[in-house]
Amino acid sequence: MRFYRWLLHLYPASLRAEYGDELASTFAARHVGASGVFGALGMFVAAIADVVPNAVAAHFDILVQDLVYTARALRRAPGFALTAVLVVALGIGANTAAFSVADFVLLRPLPFPHPEQLVKVWERTPGYGRMELSPPNYRDLKTAATTLSGFGAYSDGAANLVTDGEPRRVSTAEITHDLLSVIGVKPFMGRLFTANDTIASDAIVISHDLWQTQLNGDASAIGKRVDLDGRPYTVIGVMPADYHFPNRDVSVWRTYDMIADDAADRSNNYLTGVARLRDGVTLEQAQAELGLIAARLEREYPKENEKTGTNVYRMSDELSDRTRLLIVALCGAALCTLLLACANLANLLLARAVGREREIAIRAALGAGRERIMRQLLTESLVLATIGGAVGVLVAIAAVPTLGRLVPINLPIARQPSVDLRVLAFAGLSILITGLVFGVFPALRTGGTKSLDALRDGTRTSGGARQRVRSLLVMVEVMVSAALLISAGLLVRAMWRIQAIDPGFKTENVLTLRTALPYPKYAFVKRRTEFYTRVLSEVRALPTVQSVAYTSFLPLTMGGGIWPVKIAGHEVIRDASSTASMRFVSPQFFATMRIPILSGRDIAETDEATQPFVAVVSESFVKRYWPNEDPIGKRFNFGLHDRTVIGVVGDIHVRGLETQSEPQVYLAPKQLGDSELVGYAPKDLAIRSTARAATLLPEIRRIIHEADPQQPVSNVRTMEEIVAKETASRAAQLRVLTILAAIALMLAGVGLHGLLSFTVSSRTREIGVRVALGAESGRIVRMIAREGILLALGGLIPGVALALWAGRAMQALLAGVKPDDPVTFSVAIGLCAATALFGSLRPALRASRVDPATALRAE
Amino acid sequence: MTPDDMLPLPPATFHILLALTDEDRHGYAIIQDVESRTDGELRLSAGTLYRSIQRMIVEARKRPAPALDDERRRYYSITPFGTSVARAEMRRLTQLVRLARARGLTPETT
Repeated sequence: MRFYRWLLHLYPASLRAEYGDELASTFAARHVGASGVFGALGMFVAAIADVVPNAVAAHFDILVQDLVYTARALRRAPGFALTAVLVVALGIGANTAAFSVADFVLLRPLPFPHPEQLVKVWERTPGYGRMELSPPNYRDLKTAATTLSGFGAYSDGAANLVTDGEPRRVSTAEITHDLLSVIGVKPFMGRLFTANDTIASDAIVISHDLWQTQLNGDASAIGKRVDLDGRPYTVIGVMPADYHFPNRDVSVWRTYDMIADDAADRSNNYLTGVARLRDGVTLEQAQAELGLIAARLEREYPKENEKTGTNVYRMSDELSDRTRLLIVALCGAALCTLLLACANLANLLLARAVGREREIAIRAALGAGRERIMRQLLTESLVLATIGGAVGVLVAIAAVPTLGRLVPINLPIARQPSVDLRVLAFAGLSILITGLVFGVFPALRTGGTKSLDALRDGTRTSGGARQRVRSLLVMVEVMVSAALLISAGLLVRAMWRIQAIDPGFKTENVLTLRTALPYPKYAFVKRRTEFYTRVLSEVRALPTVQSVAYTSFLPLTMGGGIWPVKIAGHEVIRDASSTASMRFVSPQFFATMRIPILSGRDIAETDEATQPFVAVVSESFVKRYWPNEDPIGKRFNFGLHDRTVIGVVGDIHVRGLETQSEPQVYLAPKQLGDSELVGYAPKDLAIRSTARAATLLPEIRRIIHEADPQQPVSNVRTMEEIVAKETASRAAQLRVLTILAAIALMLAGVGLHGLLSFTVSSRTREIGVRVALGAESGRIVRMIAREGILLALGGLIPGVALALWAGRAMQALLAGVKPDDPVTFSVAIGLCAATALFGSLRPALRASRVDPATALRAE
Repeated sequence: MTPDDMLPLPPATFHILLALTDEDRHGYAIIQDVESRTDGELRLSAGTLYRSIQRMIVEARKRPAPALDDERRRYYSITPFGTSVARAEMRRLTQLVRLARARGLTPETT
C-alpha cells in the first residue's frame, strides 16, 4: 500500500489532494485478501497498471483544459499576445540563425569518414606558418612517415572546359592519385584514381554539379570524353553532390605527377598536404614524427630547407581566427538578444499578472490550487514561447542566406548552412528554456500572492517585490542593449576604417574579367602575344575605353605569387623580409589601375625576350634595398632571371585590405619564356572606361570570341566589387548586429516606458495627493523622470562594462579601433540615454496631468 | 452546453452514472455495482474511477449545477444534468442498435 501511495505522486497534485485518500482506500478494498509473495507481486503490478495510464491521462486532460483556457485568455488580450510572440520570435530567430552558422562552420564534423583523423600538413618557415610543401619535401615526408595511414597532396588549378556549348572556365584540383582515397568518400558513379592513373593517362573525376550541368546528368557519363585546355580527358568517376574537397569551387580532379624539374626543387612550394592519422595515433604524435623527419631533411639539405619545419593541423581547424571570431561575436549578440527577449517576456507576463490578479483570485476561490494556477500560467508562457519560436525559426530560415556569407570559402563544405534537425532541436530547446524559466518566474510571484487580498475591493496593488523584479528586468534590458549598441558601433568604426584604407589604386570605372590561356596551346610567348595584342588593341579602340591592360593576377584576388629576391650583399631568408610579389603586366597597367609612376618608365611593348630583362618595382621595394639611392638601373635576381629596374610605382595592397603586403615587382609579359612559370601568364583583363559594364561587356566578349572562339571569359566583375568582397563577411555580420542592436534599444525603451506607465497608474492616488497639496507639475515630471533615469543608469553601467569586455575579446576584428573608443562609447551611451528619456517622457507627462479630484474620488 | 455535447460518453463514465441512478454510493460501492451489473466484465480500477469523477466535475463546472455532488462523506450522487447526460447516451445507443437491426443484423451468430 505504501507503494501505491507513493505512486500517487504521479497524478496532478490537484487530483491527488482531492481524491488521494479515497484512491488508496478503494484500491485497498479491491485488493483485500491478497497475501503471500504472489499476492504482493499481484498488488505491485495492479498498482502500476492502475496509476500510470490514469496519471498520464489525467495530466493530458489538464493540458487540454489549460490550452483551451490559454487560447481564450490570449484572444482576450491580442495586443499582449502579439507583442510576446514577436519578442520571442526575435530572440529565437536570432539564436537559431546564429547557431545554424556556428554549428555548420565550427561544430559539425566535416562530411568525411572519421574526420577527426584528417590533417593538413604544411611547411613552417620563419614568417609563414602555413607554407605549401615542395614536391621533394612532400615525397620524403610521405616515404618516412609511419604515423600516417595515407598522405596525399593537391594544388589548385583551373582549366578551360569545352563541351558542345559555350566554353567554360572550371576550377580543378591537381591531386596525387591516392588523395581521394585518403579523404575516404566513395564516388557517386564510376571509380576513383589508382596508382595506374598517371599524368600521362587522361583520367578525370568530376563533380556532381559539373555532371549535371555539362553532361546533363547522363547515366552513361563514365567513359565520356571531355576537352580541358585543348586536351581530351576521359571521365572515370563522378563524386557525390555534397562532396566539396578541397573547396566548393572545384569541379574537376586531375592526377598530379611529379615532373623531373619539380622533384629536385625544394624551394618551389605549391602542394597542400592532406593526411590521415593511423588508428590510435594522436595529432601530437604525428606532429612529433613529421617534425623529426623535417629536422633530418634540414640537415640533409641545409641550404634549401634552412629553418624549415612542419605544421600539422586538424582539417576541421583550418579556419582563420578572424572567421571564428566573427561567428562567435555573432553568437554572443544573438544570445544577448535572447536574454533581452526573455527579460521582455518576463516583464510582459509580470505586468499582465497584475491585471489578472482578480481573475486568478476568483479561480483560487473556486478551488483551484496554487499548483494548478501555476501550471496554467506556465502553459500560457510555453504556448507563447512555442508560437514565437515557430515564427523565429521562419525568420532564421529567411536570414540564413545573408549569414551564408560568413561561411569561409576554403572549407570543404557547402555554400550555405541549412536549417536541419540539429538546428531545429536547438531552437526547440531554446523555446523550452525561454518558456519555462521566464514563465516560472512570474508564475511563482503570482501564485504566491495572498489571493484573497485581491478580491477585496479597492485594494491598492500590492507587490513592492514585483516592482523591484520588474525594475531589475528593465535594467537588464538597458544593459544588453547598451552592450550590443556599443559593440555594433565599434565594428562599424572598424569597417569604416577598413573601407577608408587606400588600396593604392583607384577602383572606380574599372571592369575586370579573366581569359586564362590554356597550356600547351598557349605555351609559346609568340602565340600569347598575338592574342594579347589583338584583344588589347581592339578593346582600346572601343569608344568609351580609356585604357586597358592584362596582368597575371589582379590585386586582392590572389594571395600567392610571392618570390624570394636575391640581391648581391643581401642575405636570402625565406620570410617576408626578403620576398616580393611577382606579376607580369602589359603596358598601361599602371594607367588603368591609376597606380602612380613615381620615376622611370612603364613596361613597354619593346621589352621583349631579346632585350635586357626589365622590372618595375614598388616604392617599398626601393626603400628596402636601396634607401636614399636612385634605383633606376639597379639589378637583382627574381623569378629565375636577373632583372634591371626601369621604373618605380606606388605601393598597393596585393593580398588584402587588412593585410600588409610584400613589395611588388612587375615584369614584362614578352619576357616570360615559353612554358616558363606556368600560371603567371597574364590572364586578368582590366578595362577603365566611362561606359557601364553592361554595355561594354558584349563588345569585349565579341572581341575575345573572334580572337579565339574556344576561349572562355570568366570572373567578370568590377574592381569595386573585388574591393567590396574584402569586407563582405564583415558587412554581413555588421548588418545583423546593427539590426539586433536597434531592436534591443527599442525593446529596452518600450520596457522602460511600460514600467514607468505602470508606476504612474499605481501611484495615481499618491500623485493626486501631492498635486492637491500643491506640488507643481514640473516637480511631478521630475519625480517620474528621475526614476526612469535611475533605471537607465542601473542598466548602462554594467552594459558599458560588458561592452568593454566584449570589445577586448573581439579586438582582432576591430582593425585598430580601440576597444574603449571614446567616440563610439559616447554616441552609444547618448543614444541609450535619449531612448530612456523618450521612454520616460510620456508617463512623466501623464503623471503631471493627474487630476487630484478624479484620483481621489476613484478610491 | 447541452447533455448532447457530452456524447459519446466513455463506457466507464456511463457505467458510473448508471451506478448512481438508484442510490448514492461511495467510491468502492460504485466499482462493486458496475462489476456485478456486468457480470464481472468491467472491473474499474481506482484510478479510472476517480479520474472519471474528476472529469465529470470539471466538465460540470461549466454548468450551473454540478453533475455529482461531492459531499464530505464522499458519497456521490447524480445531479439532474448527470441524469440527462445518461439519458442522452442511452438514446444514442438505442438509436445505434435500431440502425443495426434495420440492416438485419442480430446479436446471435448464425
